[in-house]
Parts: sequence; structure tokens; C-alpha cells
Amino acid sequence: MLSVSGLIMQFGGLRAVDGLSFEAKTGDITAVIGPNGAGKTTVFNCITGFYRPSGGSIDLTHPGGASHKLHTMPGHRIASAAKVARTFQNIRLFAGMTVLENLLVAQHNTLMAATGFGVLAVLGLGRYRAAEAAGIEKAKFWLDAVGLTARADDPAGALPYGAQRRLEIARAMCIDPVLLCLDEPAAGLNPRESDELNQLLMRIRAGGCSLLLIEHDMGVVMRISDHIVVLDHGKKISDGPPAEIRNDPAVIAAYLGEGEEDEVPA
Amino acid sequence: MAYALQQLINGVTLGMIYGLIAVGYTMVYGIIGMINFAHGDVFMVGSFLSLIALLGLAALGITSVPLALALTLIFAAGIAALYGWTIERVAYRPLRGSFRLAPLISAIGMSITLQNFVQVSQGARVKPIEAIIPGGIQIMDQGGFAVRLSWMQIAIVVITMSILGIFTWLVTKTPLGRTMRACEQDLKMASLLGIDTDRTISLTFVIGAALAAVAGFMFLLYYGVIDFYIGFIAGVKAFTAAVLGGIGSLPGAVLGGLLIGLIEVFWSAYFSVEYKDVAAFAILIVVLIFMPTGILGRAEVEKV
Amino acid sequence: MTALRDAFLSALVALGLFAPLVGLVTTSGEHGLYLELRPIATAVVVGLVFLGRLIVLSRRSRGRAASLAAKPALAERISKAGKYVTPLLLIAAVALPFTGSRYYIDLGTLVLTYIMLGWGLNIVVGLAGLLDLGYVAFYAVGAYSFALLATNFGLGFWTCLPLAGIFAAFAGVMLGFPVLRLRGDYLAIVTLAFGEIIRVVLINWVSLTNGPNGITGIPRPTLFGLALSMDGGPGTIAGFFNVEPAVIQRIIFLYYVILGLALLTNWVSLRLRRMPLGRAWEALREDEVACRSLGINVRNTKLTAFGIGAIFGGFAGAFFATRQAFISPESFTFIESATVLAIVVLGGLGSQLGVALAAIVMVGGLETLRDFLSFLGDQMNSPLFSGIASELPLYRMLIFGLALVVMMVLRPRGLVSGRTPSVALHKVKDIAPDLVAQGRG
Ligand SMILES: Nc1ncnc2c1ncn2[C@@H]1O[C@H](COP(=O)(O)OP(=O)(O)OP(=O)(O)O)[C@@H](O)[C@H]1O
Ligand SMILES: [Mg+2]
Repeated sequence: MLSVSGLIMQFGGLRAVDGLSFEAKTGDITAVIGPNGAGKTTVFNCITGFYRPSGGSIDLTHPGGASHKLHTMPGHRIASAAKVARTFQNIRLFAGMTVLENLLVAQHNTLMAATGFGVLAVLGLGRYRAAEAAGIEKAKFWLDAVGLTARADDPAGALPYGAQRRLEIARAMCIDPVLLCLDEPAAGLNPRESDELNQLLMRIRAGGCSLLLIEHDMGVVMRISDHIVVLDHGKKISDGPPAEIRNDPAVIAAYLGEGEEDEVPA
Repeated sequence: MAYALQQLINGVTLGMIYGLIAVGYTMVYGIIGMINFAHGDVFMVGSFLSLIALLGLAALGITSVPLALALTLIFAAGIAALYGWTIERVAYRPLRGSFRLAPLISAIGMSITLQNFVQVSQGARVKPIEAIIPGGIQIMDQGGFAVRLSWMQIAIVVITMSILGIFTWLVTKTPLGRTMRACEQDLKMASLLGIDTDRTISLTFVIGAALAAVAGFMFLLYYGVIDFYIGFIAGVKAFTAAVLGGIGSLPGAVLGGLLIGLIEVFWSAYFSVEYKDVAAFAILIVVLIFMPTGILGRAEVEKV
Repeated sequence: MTALRDAFLSALVALGLFAPLVGLVTTSGEHGLYLELRPIATAVVVGLVFLGRLIVLSRRSRGRAASLAAKPALAERISKAGKYVTPLLLIAAVALPFTGSRYYIDLGTLVLTYIMLGWGLNIVVGLAGLLDLGYVAFYAVGAYSFALLATNFGLGFWTCLPLAGIFAAFAGVMLGFPVLRLRGDYLAIVTLAFGEIIRVVLINWVSLTNGPNGITGIPRPTLFGLALSMDGGPGTIAGFFNVEPAVIQRIIFLYYVILGLALLTNWVSLRLRRMPLGRAWEALREDEVACRSLGINVRNTKLTAFGIGAIFGGFAGAFFATRQAFISPESFTFIESATVLAIVVLGGLGSQLGVALAAIVMVGGLETLRDFLSFLGDQMNSPLFSGIASELPLYRMLIFGLALVVMMVLRPRGLVSGRTPSVALHKVKDIAPDLVAQGRG
């Protein structure tokens, strides 16, 4: 599904990602872990087009066979054409818009196509009305999935933290992604919320969307991921199924060498 | 060649004036992230204060030119500093931490206020004075075209350089400068660490206004004529200079000022006087397209 | 006691500020400039500052607790009242010409022009969060394209109106294409520069625009082909309806034209807000990065905001030209952009009603003030005041500037803050203003 090879990201003198290669398989939950500053978020930013990689390639193959070279595509095309969705380490919702509006904005391209370049819809013609109803249905489905139906008309910025995290995931799912990239979705959640999150992620995977996950919470990672990539200082130090990673001396050394940092999500 | 050299001299002189004003924009922007729209009008007020001081000193019978100039400079810078302080207190401080556009509108209001205040109190007519430091030296004569460097131009460059020198020392070497830079890095953190941020911001306005008044003083001496409207045009140009140099960067402001001065003078000399402002703005747009944060500005890659 | 000391200090500062500029007037005499003393005026100004400060301080110490408690209530009341204010304003606007007063209709036309400009700019600044300090450029492009098309090719107002909009939109896209990736204040200065460029070009391109002298003889609009002319013959409105031609008819007609145009602007913006495009604008204002991650083409979306905002600026410009029958570059200075921006911000970003109220207060208020001041000038015939009286209209802009500062300090979020969601699953609930972003573009 996703194949990253030889990825390099250079910031001035700092090489945040240094020759990283890994694969994420269709239908898998692939976790990317590593100490703070290892370059995990930077990898996400390269995949989703926020940074242009200094070297290497990122290829995405859809289950249907279509393939995209993500390292050459502009950010918005990665979401709209390659169907890669993401969430952010520091939640980025449209705080002044309602929960429902957040989910409708995510369907912008689909809805926009139904407005006939805006002109017809402004005049109240065309099939926009039907398209919007369908959009609201989809929003309802995801609201239900993340348990926010009751708060659909509240501003996103007024939700509690855990709900904001879930809303961000629901919003990302509204673009119908084939790959969902989650940057520390469990950060700041209590154990119960964390469990609910696990179930939500399993449900998303069951729906046919592959996941790429950055997470510091080892409990979550070990329980739900099928495959783990470990980064340190921009390089891959280990790669394999959870059981293998748990016992990898290189991983243990990287974490122990960094002290307690893995418990302090930034 | 000789012609170009003359333009270079004129451009540098003008650029110095723009640079001095631009420093005030960039300082305020660096510290509280707002465009102090009234800054250009503080410059205008500074040049009126200089004019009043010169006339007053003449009426008092002080004839020594160096003494008169020094007193005028001190007077204009001092009162303009008071203007800077008051403006911050009245129009910006109540809006600190407010929404982004409120201080901007307040600043535009202040600019309109100052402009019309001077128009009402001092009259709308242009105010001409005789050259205070006449004469100059001839550097070169090529095919009948004499390249002249007036004493006035030398004075402007020397004064600007020394003021900027003092200013650089102030910002880099003194405790005051350190607190200013700390506030510029992170206002909230600085205040948590016990820095009196209100005082620092006030001082920034005071220093910026004093520098603008120096620029106003030199503008008066150089052109020999001022009116209440000079602040808007010079202000826009100086702000353009600050942006061109990379807003927030002090050397950038001076560099931007010099560039705008040179562009304007060379364009007027070789193409058309009418379109000199268009040239300055067009180059600003072109530079920003290729260097979105100006020449010396920090490139800001947004961390997501 | 502290209040007294505080007021005294303020007066001292005021003395420092005003003694040189108010007390010493540079006056031209036989031998060049000399200084004229004006001690009384200085004393008056300093005294006013002293008194004003004293009043502010005493009211503050008395009213602080009360005003804090009253604040949310006030905001709520305004948004509640909005429901009734809108239809009332609309009725008043439609009924205004029936007063038959030329003065009020003229003033109404002026206010409506600014309301329309405010609504147009609101799309750019209020919805999309892009700071545009050069909106007047599009106003100018609209006015000049109509004037030039009409005087050179004899085209009528209604033919030219869409063309003026298209030209203005074209200018908007031309400007927007390279500069919209700039953020915040860089965008602000570039738009300001663009406004100035347009004005300088209008002044200097004499062969096309007739330079500073402007363009005269711009035709008036027609009503379904009927001309508004004073001869009352067939083919004119007066002739058709068989009434005496009068100037007031033209004024009323123009008033309804601008009312229609303004309502069109309002209708389109309200519609667009409920469309994906309008939602994308607001989302851009909230968080550009998130928009990109959702597949929204940020640049194109910003361009549409710029372009559509410009269209309405262009329409308003064409109307301005036809109303004045004369335009010159002087009408398109930065102060116009600043006024329109101030209307949008004072109105409360994104609020259609707020913009209308702000335009009424600022433009209507300004005009009323002008009349009041010249009235005052006429009344004060005493020798001491006669000098001041003749200058009184000059104070208009001074007061305008001060009013901007005061209004911002008192209501930084504008008259009608808060945001109404564009769609709801159950029930529409207004969103508190402090959650709504103002954009960084
Ligand atoms: N835009 C940027 N400019 C310069 N340096 C950057 C930029 N983005 C990231 N870095 C640097 O790259 C390194 C890796 O950062 P990154 O955010 O990818 O780490 P991370 O693994 O996500 O850490 P954390 O667990 O704290 O989120 C850090 O040293 C960071 O400072
Ligand atoms: Mg990270």
C-alpha cells in the first residue's frame, strides 16, 4: 500500500529524517514509534505533502491498483486524489465552526463538484440540495461512530479534549481515505477514552482503511498494531511485528538511553 | 557613469531616511506583531516639531548652526517620543491580546487623527524653509556633468550612521536591549520571568518614535519643505522597506530602506518620476513572491 | 485624590504634546515662516484632557463592577435584537425615498454604497480572513471601466455593470494569483501597495484616464430603456409616466439602484456562506493547514474570495461613477480602503447586519457631524469663534480618526460579534466570538 524508500528530510543543518525506508501493508495498522524528536511527525509531514522531502520517494498504491507518487504531489492533491487523510499532533479543528460544519468542510471537493462551479447552487438550481443531504448523512454516520451526535451543533472549539481528538478523526474519515495517518491520537486521553479510541481504530480498519499511527502509549501500540517501525534520530532502528519489537535490544537501548521521555508526549 | 554616481549618492541619502523610519516599524512589529500604522505620522509630527524648534531658536536669537541643530534634534526626538508613548498607551495597550484586526484599525484611526490634528493646528499649506547647511563639495566632473555631494547629504549619512550605531549598541549590549529581545522572542514567557513587558513595549514605542523624529528632522533639512501629508507616503514606503528587508529584522529595515531609496531615485532618473512609487511597490511585490519573508527575514516553515 | 493626581499627570503629558503643535503655529510672513503664539487654545486643549481624564477615572471607579456584569447581557441583547433590527432596517431603507427629502435620500445613497462595499470586503476579510488594505483598487477599476466604456463606446450602465464586475474580478485575480501565498501583514502591505499603484496609474496614464482631471459626462442608468432626462420627452421616464421631470426622480431612482445592488451583494454572500465555497472560506480563516489536509485547494479558494469580493467592489464603483457623472483618482485614496475596512471590523467580522449598522454609524454619523459642525460654525458669529467656526468642517476627519480609536478600544470585536453556523442538525446555536478565528492571511 504505502512504500517509503530512502526518505530524507533536511532542515538547514539538521537531518530530521535520514534515509528511512519502510512499507505499510493494505489493511494493516502500522505504528511508527520512537523517542521525542526522532522525526516521526516529520515523516508524516512528508507523506501528506506538508514538507517536500529532500530525497527519496513515497509511493502509494490503492487497493484498486491506481498508484500515486506522493513525494511529487501538492498537499491538497494528496488528500483529494491519493486519499490520504491525517490528524495533527496539536489538534487542528475549525474551532469557530460547529462539529457538523467541520465534517462538511471535509467533504468540500465532493460537495463543490455538485454545485456547478457555485453559480447554479447560488441560484438554487442543480443537484446541490441532494448532494448536501448526502453529505449530512455521511457526517451523521461518523458523528455516530465517534459518539458526538448530541454535540453536532456545538462549536468544535468548545468540546472537551478527548472529543476534539475524536472529531478530528471523524473529520479525516469524511474524505473517504484509503490511508489514515494519526499523529499521537491517544495523547492526553484517559484510559477509558483510550480504550474507546482503540475500538474506533479497529472499526476504521474493518471498514477497509489502512492506518499509519504515531503513538507514545506503548499499551495502545502493542495491542492494536500489526506492524511497528521504530525511529531514532531520523533513522529506522527496528521494524517488525509487536512481539519482535518488544524484545529488540536496539529498541530497548534507544528508549532507555533517552530516559523516561517516551512517557511524556509533547 | 557620473550621472549614476550622483543618483547613488541621492539614493543612499533618501534610503537612510526611510531606513530610520523602517526601524521603528520593524521594532514594534517584532515585539507585539502589529503594524503601527501611525508611525509614518509620528515621523511627520517629528518634522513639524523640528521646524517649530528651528523657528523658535531663530526667534530666540540662537545663531550658531551646530548648536541650533543639536537642540532641535533633542527637542524633536524628545517630544516625538512622548507622542509614541502616548499613542501606545491610549490606542494600543487597551487592545493588547485582543483580536488581530482591532489594533490595526485603532492604528489607522490614530494615523488619521495625527494627520488631521497637524492639519488643523498648523494649517494645510506646505511649510518651506531656507537651506540651513548650504553648499557641498564636487567630487567629479565628467563631460560637463558635476557630481555633487552636499554637506547636507554628508550630515544625513553621518547622523544616521551614528544614531544607528548607538541604537545597535542599545539593543545588543545593554540590559534594556536584552529585555527587548526577550520580549520579541516570547512576550508571555518574558513576562512570566519577571520582565516588565508593558514598560519594555512602551520603551520600544518611545525609541521608535524618537528615531522617526530624527528622520523627520533630516527630511526637513534635506527637502526644505514639509506638509501634514508627508507621513502617509513616507510611512508606506518605510513599511515597504521593513517588509522588503524582512520584518522583525533591524539590519533588514536599514537594508530595505536603502533599497527603496535607491530604487526610487534610479527609477526617477532613468525612467519616469511619475511612476517612482509604482516601481518601489512593484519591486516589493516581486521580491515577496520569490522571498516570501523578505530579504533578511527568518524563513518561517510552519511546524504542523 | 489619586484620580486628581492622575488627571494632573495626564494634563502634564498633554501640555508636552500640545504646547509645541497647538501653541506654536508656523505661519508664513514676509520673511518666510515665523511662529505665532496661541496660548488660549493650548490651555483649552490641556484643560479638556484634564477634565476628560477626571471623568473617565471617576466613572471607571464607580462603574467597573456593574459594567463587567452587564457585558454578556448586552452582547446577548444585541444578537437577539438582530432578528427585529434586520426587517426594520429593510423597511426603513425601502421607505426612505417617501420622505421626499433630497438630503436624506442622498445620504442614504452614500450609506448604501458603503454598506455594499462593506459587504463585498466582508467576503474577503470577514469570511476568508484575508487582510485586504487595497479594496479601493477594485472600486476604482469598476468605476473607470464603466466610465471609459460609456464615454468611448457609448455603452449604457446596465451593459457595463457586469463588465465592470468582470474587470474588477480580473484585477483581483491578477493581484491574488502571485500574492495569496503571502501571509498576514505581508499580504496587507502588498494589497495596500496595489491600491496605490492603481491610483498612481490612474493619475499618470493621461491618454486613457484624463489624469487628475478625471472623466466627465458619464451617463446615468436607464429604467428598462427609459432615460432619466430633464426634457420630459418621449423615451424618458418622466415622459412615459406623464409627470413633470424633476431632479428628485433621478435621485430616487439612483437610490433604488444602489439599494438593489446592495441587497444583491447581501443575498449572494448569504447564499455562498451556506455553500461549500463559503464554508471553505470560513475554514480557511480558522485553519489553513487543516484545510490543506482535507484536500481543499487553498490558493484557488482564496482566489475565489478575492475575485468575488472584487466583483462587488467593481459594481459599487460603476454605481459611484454613474451617480457622480464624474470621477477622478482623488476619490480612490487609501482613506476609502481604510473606511471600508473599519466598517467591516467595527461591524463585527463576518456579520452582515453588523456591517450595515457600522456603515450607518460611521458614514451617516460622519455626514451628520459635518452638517452639525457647519451649523455650529454658522451660529458662532462672535469674533473670538469666527476663526474656529470657519475651520470647523476641517475637524471632521480628526473626529473620525479619534472615533475609530475609541470604538475599537470599547468594542474590539465589533458591534455584532459571534457567528451563526451555516447549517445545523438539530438547532442553530450562535457561536461565541472568542472561539472564532480572524485568520492570518
Ligand atoms: N519545520 C522544521 N524546521 C526545522 N526543524 C524541524 C522542522 N520540523 C521538525 N524539525 C525538527 O526535526 C526533528 C524531528 O521533529 P519531529 O517533530 O518529526 O519529531 P517527533 O518524532 O514527531 O517528536 P515528538 O514525539 O516530540 O512529536 C526535531 O529536532 C525538530 O526540531
Ligand atoms: Mg511529533
